[in-house]
Amino acid sequence: MLEPHIQLTDLHKSFEHKGQEPVIALDQVNLTIPKGEFLSLLGPSGCGKSTLLNIIAGLDKQTSGDITVNGKPIKGPGNDRIVVFQESGLFPWMSVLDNVMYGLLIKKVPKEEAKARAMKWLQKVHLAKFAHAQPHELSGGMKQRVAIARALVMDPEILLMDEPFAALDEQTRMVLHKELESLWRETKKTIIFVTHNIREAVILSDRILLMKTRPGGVKREYTVQASRPRQATDSVLVDLEGRILSELQLEMEKVLKEEFGDDYDFKKDQLHGNSDSHMGSDI
Amino acid sequence: MAILIAIWEAISKFEIFPAFMWPPLIIPNEPGGVTVMKTLINGLIDGQLLEATGQSLGRLIVGFVIAVILGTIIGFLIYKSELIDDTLGFFVSTLQSVPNIVWFPLAILWFGLGVESVLFIIILGATLSLSITLSTAFKSVPPLNIRVARTMGSKGFHLFRTVIFPASVPQFIAGLRVAWALAWRAVLAGELLGGSGGLGTLLDMGRSLQSMDLVFAIMIIIGVIGTIIDNFVFVKLERLVLRKRGIQVVK
Ligand SMILES: Nc1ncnc2c1ncn2[C@@H]1O[C@H](COP(=O)(O)OP(=O)(O)OP(=O)(O)O)[C@@H](O)[C@H]1O
Ligand SMILES: [Mg+2]
Repeated sequence: MLEPHIQLTDLHKSFEHKGQEPVIALDQVNLTIPKGEFLSLLGPSGCGKSTLLNIIAGLDKQTSGDITVNGKPIKGPGNDRIVVFQESGLFPWMSVLDNVMYGLLIKKVPKEEAKARAMKWLQKVHLAKFAHAQPHELSGGMKQRVAIARALVMDPEILLMDEPFAALDEQTRMVLHKELESLWRETKKTIIFVTHNIREAVILSDRILLMKTRPGGVKREYTVQASRPRQATDSVLVDLEGRILSELQLEMEKVLKEEFGDDYDFKKDQLHGNSDSHMGSDI
Repeated sequence: MAILIAIWEAISKFEIFPAFMWPPLIIPNEPGGVTVMKTLINGLIDGQLLEATGQSLGRLIVGFVIAVILGTIIGFLIYKSELIDDTLGFFVSTLQSVPNIVWFPLAILWFGLGVESVLFIIILGATLSLSITLSTAFKSVPPLNIRVARTMGSKGFHLFRTVIFPASVPQFIAGLRVAWALAWRAVLAGELLGGSGGLGTLLDMGRSLQSMDLVFAIMIIIGVIGTIIDNFVFVKLERLVLRKRGIQVVK
C-alpha cells in the first residue's frame, strides 16, 4: 500500500446565505488518496466536485472535518497544490508567456529560468507561437491549454483539475490525455481530476469516485484494473464505462425528478439519446 | 465652426448688444479696437494669461496627484473591510453628492482666502469620486482571476499589486477622467471666488473691469485645456488599455 497523501475525515461543507436555507455541498466525506494516485470525480452537476477540489486546494474552508496533506492539516493555498479551473481565468493584462510565468515568479524562480520553463510548457501544449500574444487573441480551447501549461509549469506534488478538458475539441483532448498520462507516469504526481466524461475518467484513472447530490458526497467507488497504456476499446474499460453510466443515470434521474417533477419524462428521453453518442458517454 | 464665428461677428458688428458686452472675435469694429483674439494673443505674449494658466494648472496637478493617492487608499480600504464600507463608504457617497464648491466657505474659514482653500476643494471632490469608483472596481474583479492567483501562491499586497489593481485599470482610467474634470471645475470655481490668482481670479477681474474680451479669452483657454487633456490624455489612454485587452471600443 502506498502512503496516504491526502486524507479527508468527516469533511462537511455547507454554504450559508443570510435568510436562506444552508446548502449542504458536502456531507461526511471520508477519503484517503495515496501518493501518486490518479483519482477521478464523476457525478451530476451540483454534487460538490468543485467544492471538494477547492477545499483541498485551500481556496475554500470546510465547515467541519479534517483534511491533511502529508499528515499536516492544510492552512490555505500552497504551491504544492495547483488547480486547473473549469475556465482558464487568464489575466487579460498579461501576455500568454507572462501568464504562464506568473506562479514561477511567485516561487522566486529567476526570470530567465522561469521564461525558459514557461516556453517549454507552451511548446508542449503547442502554443509556443502565441507566447507573446494577448489572451483575447486565443480561442477558448487555446486559452484552456495555456491554463494547463500555467499549472503544470509549477510542477506541483498535487494537481487538482476541474473539468480541464471540457472546453476542448476531441482531437486536442486526446492529445492532452496522452500528455497528461505520460506526465503522470514520469512524475508520479497525485492527480484529482473532475470530469463529466465517463470515458475520459475510465481511460485516465486508477480510481473513480461517483458522487451524489443532496447532500453531496461519495456514492460509490470503482477501481480501474486495466493495464496502461490504455485503449478506449479495451473490453475491461468498455464494460466499466457501461456500469458507471447506468449507476450515474440512476443518480441523474433522482436529481431530475426533484428538479422537474412531472415534466421529467421528457428529459429522460434526451438523456438516453445522448448516451448512444459516438463522442463517449458525456453527461 | 466658421459659421458660428460669422454669426458672432455679425451680432457684434450690428451692435445688437453694446460692444463691452459682446466684443468682436477677430475683426475689430473700429480700427485698432479690441477683439477677443487680440486680447488672447497679447495676454499670452505679455505673460499675464500664460502666468495665470500656469498657476491654475499647477494647482490642478498638485491637487489631482494628492487626490489620486488618497482616492486609491480610501478605495482600497472600502474594498478591503466590510466595516469601513458600511461606515466610511456610506459617508463618502453622501459627501460625494454635494457639489464641491459648497465646501468653499468652510474651506475659507479653515484655511483662509488662499491657495490652501482652492487645493482643499480640488482634493475633496476628486478624492471622493475616485475612491467610490475604485472601491467598486476592486469589488468587481473576476473571482476566478483571484482564485488563479491564490492557487499560485499570491496573497496580501502581492495579490493587490499583480491582480486586483491591474484588473481594475480600465475603471481606474475612467475614474481619473471624471475626477480630473471635477478637479478642473473646482480649481476655477475656487480661484473665481477666492481671488488667489490663476485663471479664475483673472476671469473675475475681467468681469469687474467690464472687459468682456478678456473674459472670453480666458474662457477659450479653459475650454481648450479641458478638451486637450480629456482627448489627448484620457481618451487615448483608455483606448490603449481596452485595445490591449481586446475590449471593443464603441465610438
Ligand atoms: N459560493 C457558493 N455559495 C452558495 N452555494 C454554493 C457556492 N458554491 C457552490 N455552491 C453550492 O454547492 C453545491 C455544489 O457546487 P459545486 O460547484 O461544487 O458543484 P459541481 O459538482 O462542481 O457541479 P458542476 O459539475 O456543475 O461543476 C451546489 O448546490 C451549489 O449550488
Ligand atoms: Mg464544478
